Amino acid sequence: MTATEETPTTTGVPFTLNGVELEAHEGENLIDACDRLGVHIPRFCYHPRMTPVGMCRMCLVEIDTGRGPALQPSCMMTVSPNMVVNTESEATVKAQDGVLELLLINHPLDCPVCDKGGECPLQDNAYAFGPGESRFVEEKRHYEKPIPISDLVYLDRERCILCDRCTRFADEVAGDPLIHFVDRGAQTQVNTFPDHPFSSYFSGNTVQICPVGALTAKPYRFKARPWDLTGVESTAAVDSTGARVAVQSSQNRLVRVLGVDSDAVNWGWLSDKERFIHEATDAEDRLTDPLTRDANGEFVVRRWVDANRAAGEALSGDADRIGVIGGARLPLEAQFLWARLLEAKGITNVDAQLGDGLDPAIVSGAPRATIERACNPGGVVVLLGADPKEELPSLFLRLRHAVAEDGVKLIELTPRASGLSSYAKARLHALPGTAAEVAAAISTGASAAVGGVDAAELAKAAELLGSGAPVTVLVGRANLAESPDVTVAALSALHDLVPDLAVLSGLRRGNVHGAIEMGLTPNADGTEAILTAAVDGRIDTLVLLGADPMADVPNRDLAEAAFAAVSTVVSVDTFNTASTARADVVLPAAAWGEVDGTFCNLEGRLSPLAAKVTAPGQARADWIIAAEVAAAAGVDLEVTTLGETRARMSAEVDALAGIDLDALEGEADGPLLAGDHAWSLSAPSVSVPPVDGYGLRLLVDRTLWDEGTMVHHAPSLAHLATTASVSVAPGVLDRLGVAAGDTVSVGHANGSIELPIKADGRLPEGVARVPYRANGFDAGALIGDGPVVDVRIDRVGS
Amino acid sequence: MSRLNPANVTLAHEIISHYPKKKSALIPLLHLAQEQDGYVADDAMEHIAELVEVTPAEVLGTCSFYEMFKRHPVGTYMINVCTNIACQLMGGEELLHHAEETLGIRPGGTTDDGLFTLEDVECIAACTEAPCLQVNYRHEYRLSTDDFDALVADLRSGKRSDIPAHGTLGTVRQHIPADRRAGIRHPDDEGTPAWFASRQPAES
Ligand code: SF4
Ligand code: FES
Ligand code: FES
Repeated sequence: MTATEETPTTTGVPFTLNGVELEAHEGENLIDACDRLGVHIPRFCYHPRMTPVGMCRMCLVEIDTGRGPALQPSCMMTVSPNMVVNTESEATVKAQDGVLELLLINHPLDCPVCDKGGECPLQDNAYAFGPGESRFVEEKRHYEKPIPISDLVYLDRERCILCDRCTRFADEVAGDPLIHFVDRGAQTQVNTFPDHPFSSYFSGNTVQICPVGALTAKPYRFKARPWDLTGVESTAAVDSTGARVAVQSSQNRLVRVLGVDSDAVNWGWLSDKERFIHEATDAEDRLTDPLTRDANGEFVVRRWVDANRAAGEALSGDADRIGVIGGARLPLEAQFLWARLLEAKGITNVDAQLGDGLDPAIVSGAPRATIERACNPGGVVVLLGADPKEELPSLFLRLRHAVAEDGVKLIELTPRASGLSSYAKARLHALPGTAAEVAAAISTGASAAVGGVDAAELAKAAELLGSGAPVTVLVGRANLAESPDVTVAALSALHDLVPDLAVLSGLRRGNVHGAIEMGLTPNADGTEAILTAAVDGRIDTLVLLGADPMADVPNRDLAEAAFAAVSTVVSVDTFNTASTARADVVLPAAAWGEVDGTFCNLEGRLSPLAAKVTAPGQARADWIIAAEVAAAAGVDLEVTTLGETRARMSAEVDALAGIDLDALEGEADGPLLAGDHAWSLSAPSVSVPPVDGYGLRLLVDRTLWDEGTMVHHAPSLAHLATTASVSVAPGVLDRLGVAAGDTVSVGHANGSIELPIKADGRLPEGVARVPYRANGFDAGALIGDGPVVDVRIDRVGS
Repeated sequence: MSRLNPANVTLAHEIISHYPKKKSALIPLLHLAQEQDGYVADDAMEHIAELVEVTPAEVLGTCSFYEMFKRHPVGTYMINVCTNIACQLMGGEELLHHAEETLGIRPGGTTDDGLFTLEDVECIAACTEAPCLQVNYRHEYRLSTDDFDALVADLRSGKRSDIPAHGTLGTVRQHIPADRRAGIRHPDDEGTPAWFASRQPAES
C-alpha cells in the first residue's frame, strides 16, 4: 500500500491499516480515512456528501476491534483507537467477490447500450473485485425499460442496484423526496408516485451519482460514449453562485456538464439549469456574423473590420450622449477591457444590471460574507430578497444543508415564503414596500403587526439577531415591482441593529460581481436612468453588452420608448434577441463553453471559465471584440492576448493583487478577491403610499424556469418555463369570488392584463404574485416607475 | 377510489394529534383509508400525504412495503389459505386447490361478485390447527373441504356477522381525551437520554 504523509493531528486516533500503523482523525469514517491515506475500498452507496446507510455492502473489510476480525462495512464504521483493519485479506476479497456476484444477479448486463458503460462503478468494480462469472441461471427480474421519472431523467429499474443514492439525495440534499423505494424484498424498486414526477430543480444530480446506468439524463442519452469525451474544468455562469463544473464535449459539441466538488461553493451539486443550459451554446440560431443595416434598413453580413468601425464610430460621439448597458455575461477579462475603453472615452452612463438588481453599493459598501460564513454552524442568516431556490439554486442547497442539518438559524424577511421557509426560525413576510419598516421594527419592537408581520415574529427575529451569533444577510431583489431602494433601506436598518453583520450579495446575473469589480457600474443612476435619458433625448446611442433590455428591464414600456427614441444601437450578443432585432450594429460573441476567461462569484471568488468547443461562424471572444472595437474607436488597450490582458489586470486592479489568473484551473475553491470593505452604505429614503382600498400589492419575481434567452434556446429546458398566472392567498380567492383557474384581469390605472388565477398558500394576504418572464406573458407590462405597484383583480366576462 | 371522507378526516386529525410528529401517523392513516374503501386508493395516499405533510412518494414507499395494505380493490372477504410446511403436511395445498375450484379464481384473484379474494400465504401462526386459513385475518382452524364449502356458504348468506368487511381494523375505536394522553414530546425537545449521556466523554 501507499500511505501518503499526513500531518498527525493532536487528537489523532491510532489504528492499523493493512499492517501499517497510522492515525485517523477523531470521529473519522473508516472509508474516508482509508481514502485519505491512499487505500481504496470499493463502494456503491457511500457518498461523502450524504449520510452513510450501508446499503450495498461492497465496502466490507475485515476489522478487529479486540474481539477478533469480522467483516464490517467500512462506510458505517468510525475509526476507533487501535482498530486493526485489513482491506486485502482473504476474507475481505471473498466477501467483496460475493457481494458483486449477488449485485449482478438481477443486473441486465446491457453495458454495450448503456450510457454509463465505460465510466460505470459497477462495471469497474466487477472487473476489479468481482468473480467474472455468474452461477445464476434463473430468470432475472424484468421491468419496463426506461421510464421517464421527470422531464429530464429516465429510470431503468433493471439496472438499479438499490444503493439509495438517488433517493437519499432527493430527500436529504434537495428536500424533494419525490422518488422513493417502492415495494419490498426482491421486488423493491425506485419509483415516483403515479403522476407525481420527480420534478425537482436538482434531478440531474441523481444521474451523476447513480453508480450504475439506471438513471440517465434525457439531454445526454446516447449522445456520446465516455471514451469519446474530453473535458475541462470551468464554472457555471447561469447565475452568480459560480458552481464548479466539468464541461465535456464530443466532436466539438458540448454534450455534458458535471458538478465538481468544491468545499467552498457547490459541494459537487448543480441545479438542472446549470447542468443542462449548455444546450443553448449549441443552438441553431446563434449569432454567427457581424451585421449592420443597409440603406433599406435590412441587416447585411459584414466583415469584422467594417462592423468594428461602425461600433467604434458609435462609441466616439459625445460621451454624455452614449449609454452602455450590460456586461454581466462577459468574462472578467472582457469586462476589464470594456471598462478601460469606456473610461478612455469618458463614457459614464454605464450599468451592468438591467434595473432588476440592486445598488452595487451592497457589494462594495459592506463587509463581504462568504458562503462558508453564512453556512457556518451557530450563525444566523437573514434572507432579505428573492427565494434562493429560484434564483441561486446551488447556493440554496448549501443554505438548506446549513439550516436543516447544521443548526444555522434563518430569518426570512421576504415578501412570501421561500423554499427555505419550513426551516426558518422567524418568518417576516413583509408587504411589498415595507421591508425597511419591518426591519426597523425588529429593534424597536412593536405592539401590533408591521407590514403584515406579527409582533411575535418580530420578537423572535430580535432575539436571534441579539444573540451575539454572527449574522450574514443574503441580499437580493425580492420583487421586481418594488423599488430596489426598499431592500437597501432594509439592509441599512438591519445594520443599525447588528453593526457587525456581513453581506452575501444575492445579485443573480452570472458574472455581475465581476462587472461591478471591473467598474461597469453606474456613477449615479443605473439602467432605468439611461433609458429615461434616451426617452428624453439626452442619450442617442445605446451599447448593449450581452444585454436584452427589451425583454429584461422590468419597466417594459420604458425600454420600448427608449429604443424608439435613440438613433444608434450597438449590440454584442450570442443570440438574436428582442434587442438585437432593433440594433444597427450587431457583433456576434462566443458563448459559454467557447471562451477562456475568469468568473467572479457572489462572494468575490475567482474561478476559471474554459473553452471546450469552437464558436460558430465568425463569433469571437468578448475580450477580442472589446480590444478591436477600442482600436476602431481610436483607443489602444495595449493587449493582443488574453495573457497580456490578465497581466494588465493584475497590475491595475487592486482587488486582484497577488492573484495569478492563469493558475486558477485545478484549484477547487479558488481565491477570494483581495481587500475588505468597511460599511459605507447610506440608507436611501423611500416613501411608499398606503395600499388603496381595492388593492393587492403586486409581487413580480422569478422562477428558475422562465423565458430567459438561454432557457429558451435549450431544447430540453424550454418547455419547462413557468406558465403565466396570477396567484393570491387562498382566502383572497374567496373574497374575490373567483375560482382557481378562472381568467381574471389584473390591472391598475395604466393598464391591465388577463391571466388565469391560482391559489398559493405561500403568499400572505394582500399580495398578488405574477412570475417574471413567464411563458406567454410578460409581467413587465404592469411595472411602472413608482416604488410599489398596486393592482386590482377583477373577474372577466359575466 | 377516493380521498378520506369528512368523518374520517376528523378522525385523521385526532390520530395525528396523538403524535409529536405528524409523519408518525402515516401507518394509522393508511389503515383508516383501507377501512374506508377496503383498500388503499391512490387518491387516499395523496390525501394522507397532505395530512401528514410528506410527499405522495413517501406514502407509497411505506404503504407498498406492507403486504396487508392492498393498493387495488379486493373482495369483501379476503381468504388467505396457508400453504406453509405444517399446513402443507395436513392438506393445505389440497384446501387451496379446492378453494380455487369452488370460487373459480386463482390466488390473487377476486370473484366477479366482488365478494371473495383468494391468497395463498406463508405460516399464519396456527400450525397446531393445520390446515388453516384466515378470512379478513380472522382464523378458521382444521378445515376439511366440506368445512370450506360451509364457510363460503355462511359468508355468502351473511351468517358470519362476526367477520367485518375487509379493511376493518376493529369494532371499537378508542378516543383518548387530550388530558389522558401520555406526554407527547417532540424528540428534538428531549434531552440526551441518561443511558447515553453517561457514556459521553465529559466536555473539557
Ligand atoms: S437508481 Fe441508481 S442511484 Fe438510485 S438506487 Fe438505483 S442504483 Fe442507486
Ligand atoms: S459503500 Fe458501504 S455499504 Fe455501500
Ligand atoms: S404452517 Fe400454516 S399456520 Fe403455520
